[in-house]
Amino acid sequence: MKKSTLFDIISPIMIGPSSSHTAGAVRLGILAKNIYKNKPKKVIFKLYNSYAHTGKGHGTEKGLLAGVLGLSVDDRRIKDIFESDLAKSIEYEFEYADNFKRHPNAVDITFLGDINMVVSGDSVGAGEIAIRRINDFNVKLTGKYNTILIVYKDMPGMVSQVSSILQHNNINIASLICDRNAKGQQASMIISIDGNINPDIVELIERIPEVYFVSYIEKLEN
Amino acid sequence: MDINTFEQLKNECILRNKKIYEIAQENIASDEEISVDKARAFVNRTLFAMKEAIQSGLKSNELSLSGMCGQDCHKLQVKFGTEPSMFGKTFEKIMIYALATSEENIRMGKIVACPTAGSCGIVPSTLVAVSEDYNYSEREQINALITAGEIGRIVSNKVALAGAVAGCQAECGVASAMSAAAICQLRGGNVSQILNAAALALKNLLGLTCDPVAGLVEVPCVKRNPFLAIHSITAAEMALAGVESKIPFDEVVDAMEQTGALMSPTLKESSQAGLAVTKSALEIQKQIFG
Repeated sequence: MKKSTLFDIISPIMIGPSSSHTAGAVRLGILAKNIYKNKPKKVIFKLYNSYAHTGKGHGTEKGLLAGVLGLSVDDRRIKDIFESDLAKSIEYEFEYADNFKRHPNAVDITFLGDINMVVSGDSVGAGEIAIRRINDFNVKLTGKYNTILIVYKDMPGMVSQVSSILQHNNINIASLICDRNAKGQQASMIISIDGNINPDIVELIERIPEVYFVSYIEKLEN
Repeated sequence: MDINTFEQLKNECILRNKKIYEIAQENIASDEEISVDKARAFVNRTLFAMKEAIQSGLKSNELSLSGMCGQDCHKLQVKFGTEPSMFGKTFEKIMIYALATSEENIRMGKIVACPTAGSCGIVPSTLVAVSEDYNYSEREQINALITAGEIGRIVSNKVALAGAVAGCQAECGVASAMSAAAICQLRGGNVSQILNAAALALKNLLGLTCDPVAGLVEVPCVKRNPFLAIHSITAAEMALAGVESKIPFDEVVDAMEQTGALMSPTLKESSQAGLAVTKSALEIQKQIFG
């Protein structure tokens, strides 16, 4: 667990009123967009629990949409995002649900387009967030590190092939999480790294046989 | 080196004959792999954003999304304009700046979470008002804000600064401790006085619950900001006079953590008890959400 820094305490510079319900919502939207990478035709936001009940008073819906549209947490356009031309560029809708198994501030963001993807996350407090699921895979992405997401066929040696590419490029792994649907089926690897990588490395990983999908997800700004 | 307690921080300051902000800025610069100047530039941007929020808040009379808050800063400005406060200009400014910032927050304006959005008015109000009225330079203001940040950092690595975890004592309470430390730094306090100021402020806010009406960061949060800003000045003045907290700040933070853990979840940002379930609160909630 990364400790708070002095900068964390006197930030973010953000649009109010709530770090968890407004800034956290924007950051969930941004990170989900960074994971999806494509231009969606439509986005469905499903808000749970406290997000569903108090979202309207906190601008949670505005924050989520603004994030998906690429605005940062301190962008004054968040307040009137629904009326903006930016919002008219995509279709979106909001759904609301109670589910005690989910975090109080949870959301599923469904992207529909050439690729469909569901990204689920929680706003865990003080503007900090965690993406918990991408489609059928359990993940944990906090936006604090640059991260490589890899979907591949579950088989021996995959971790070692990927890590040797990183090693050869002198990249330090901060954390590594693997998950799979079932033995021999699709699996996912989430690698948080120190520093940046150049696009060539993503290409090298893509070239490994049995790798289906690689995405480089940049960390969120402070 | 890694500093995890206030005792460590104090020892380090005394051993190296340095101020809290000097140690803190060295450490953050080294953690982030940037220069001390860059670290101070980050803090300066924050300071600038705080001042912008105050200025926008002073001019606006717009209500929040719910309609519950947003026009009280204006009332104070009108009142003090015709009939000054009993306690002088700086006292007026602190109250006004704290409300200006908090109201800016709930109308979806741009603020600095310090440490949280709900407590965003406390540190800026005292820091900016005292600096204006007593002519503290930008450099001194940055020193004070770094001091405040270091106080918050060490607390937050013991207890999460979230109403849902430890109640409002961990949000506005910690903001008040940070503010007390910042003012003490501005006024030339030494490390012991700064830590005493923070301890005195937080000690007198232990048990503060988080029971906002309709689950929104508005009632009582907005008006709580000027209250706890003034509270922090009491703590700073006492500490500067040599008043000591009998309980060291580390132990006050431990007490806050324990109190937070024992606090009923109904009083921790879930709006299931306290102010949030009063007759009037429930009526307001019905008006807002139907």
